[in-house]
Amino acid sequence: MSGIRAEGVSIELGGRRVVDDVHLEVPPGELLALVGPNGAGKSTLLTALSGEKVPATGSVLLDGRAIGSFDALELARTRSVLTQDNAVSFPFRVIEVVEMGRSPWARTPGREGDADAITRALARTDVEHLVERRFTELSGGERARVSLARVLAQETAIVLLDEPTAALDLRHQEDVLRIARELAAAGRAVVVVLHDLSLAGAYADRIALLEQGRIRALGAPVEVLTQELVAEVYGLDVEVLVRDGRPLVIPRRATA
Amino acid sequence: MSRIAQLARRRAILGVVLAVLLVVAVLTSAVVGQFAVSPAEVVGSLLRAVGIPTSWAPDDPTTEAALWVIRFPRIVMALAVGTALAVAGAVMQAVFGNPLAEPGVVGVSAGAALGAAFAIVTGLLAYGEWTIAVLAFAGGLGATLLVYGVSRANGRTEVVTLLLTGIAVNAFGGAGLAFLLFVAGSSSREQIVFWQLGSLSGSLWREALLVLVIAVAGTIAAVALARRYDILALGERNARHLGIDVERLRLWSIVLVALLTGAAVAFVGIIAFVGLVVPHLMRMIIGPAHRSLLISSAVGGALLIVVADLLARTVVAGAELPIGLLTSLVGGPFFFALLWRQRRASGGWA
Repeated sequence: MSGIRAEGVSIELGGRRVVDDVHLEVPPGELLALVGPNGAGKSTLLTALSGEKVPATGSVLLDGRAIGSFDALELARTRSVLTQDNAVSFPFRVIEVVEMGRSPWARTPGREGDADAITRALARTDVEHLVERRFTELSGGERARVSLARVLAQETAIVLLDEPTAALDLRHQEDVLRIARELAAAGRAVVVVLHDLSLAGAYADRIALLEQGRIRALGAPVEVLTQELVAEVYGLDVEVLVRDGRPLVIPRRATA
Repeated sequence: MSRIAQLARRRAILGVVLAVLLVVAVLTSAVVGQFAVSPAEVVGSLLRAVGIPTSWAPDDPTTEAALWVIRFPRIVMALAVGTALAVAGAVMQAVFGNPLAEPGVVGVSAGAALGAAFAIVTGLLAYGEWTIAVLAFAGGLGATLLVYGVSRANGRTEVVTLLLTGIAVNAFGGAGLAFLLFVAGSSSREQIVFWQLGSLSGSLWREALLVLVIAVAGTIAAVALARRYDILALGERNARHLGIDVERLRLWSIVLVALLTGAAVAFVGIIAFVGLVVPHLMRMIIGPAHRSLLISSAVGGALLIVVADLLARTVVAGAELPIGLLTSLVGGPFFFALLWRQRRASGGWA
């Protein structure tokens, strides 16, 4: 099978089991959102899916092949990762940063697509007007979008995004999820870690709700984001409205 | 004109300017000194050496000797040391992800000097020049590994930890050096001053050529890794996700820094701040992309040391200033300004 497949993945950090026996499958063409409270193990699970961490037990398969059997460059041509660390140590120009996303394709036939991939990535993330600016001079939201452009320029079959909306305003949050949708529609397997449940509910094909390292629920947004489940996992009283078949999660606030 | 095109033009202009300045500096350095030699004689002598006889070539054997025994090896040493230090600085900054990393500032030079002094004091020198270079390399390697191990967190280096580690390593290296020279008895204060502030006086051909070979080979190796250093600026995790074998890159780079610094320090002592000032100036002019940065730093470092050495032996008539005194005099305030700017940019000392 192509796409990503996690079989009984567990990860231990400092003797603590942060991800516990996770089974997950994301076929090409699907957008999966990973949600859950702080410390539920979302980002850690993503590090296993990206090949950055070797799971204590279980295995991860990319395109049907054990992730450990990829070398670093092969892996970079198969999956791209947007991390939460988007600092750049030296004042590179935005265009240079996005070009770095093409580096795995250097000395391969894929390099002929460099210019197109970069143009597309810049347009999609709405950063064309920034190309000549220094990355270090950008605002947090601009940096996040440029980093996303770099990841898109990598043009891989599997795309992993760790909280891509964290620094973004309302419009750009929607833009990022729309891009993730388009990627899935174009046949990529996309995994997005999100905090905003309504955003996840609006765009994801399926949602995996994590609780203390385990998958508590996995399925279509309306099945996973139910009033009872969200209230229980997050320890917060919420109301879930369903619009056009998509759940909207609203905390119930005590009126003063 | 777009800023990107502007950068490309700047790179070309910088290359030409550096090359012209370097030739001028080398010629001036060969001409100026206690023994007067004319520029024509210098050119004539050089041409004769490569088999082209001209009327310019000096007839006086004293002039020939002054050039070939004293000045030329010294100039070659200056070129090699400058290149080695500037490239070591640029590589170190790339690997530490921090523009304040520099062999002199963080104590790599002190470690190398300690190693070199050990070779001299214990009499290992009797086995040849290379023993000094090898021990300087070992000392530099130890210091680099130490600083690297201590000052990193989450794939980046914090300024405060880096500089504090540097203080500790420098203090230890300096004290060890003074102690070695003291125990050996051979040691006058001049010896200690020589190691702490550096001098190119009395450079020999075989030493200069050894340093030159290492400097050139090290620069070529660094330029070959340039694209990887660019990507490393994204942080270790992102670099890894782009297919860079970060561990291997790091290991080779640390060896490279130790090798270049060790070679530079082994025969002329510690000349601080070269690796800080030169790459930083180049970055300001042509941007941070490492290929051009490393090449221009190599040339710029050579230029800086040739000029600094020329000043060191001519500013005070009849006496030689330690060259590290000059580079630190310029580098100290420069370093401070850089530190100040970085603090302002990051809103704190992190």
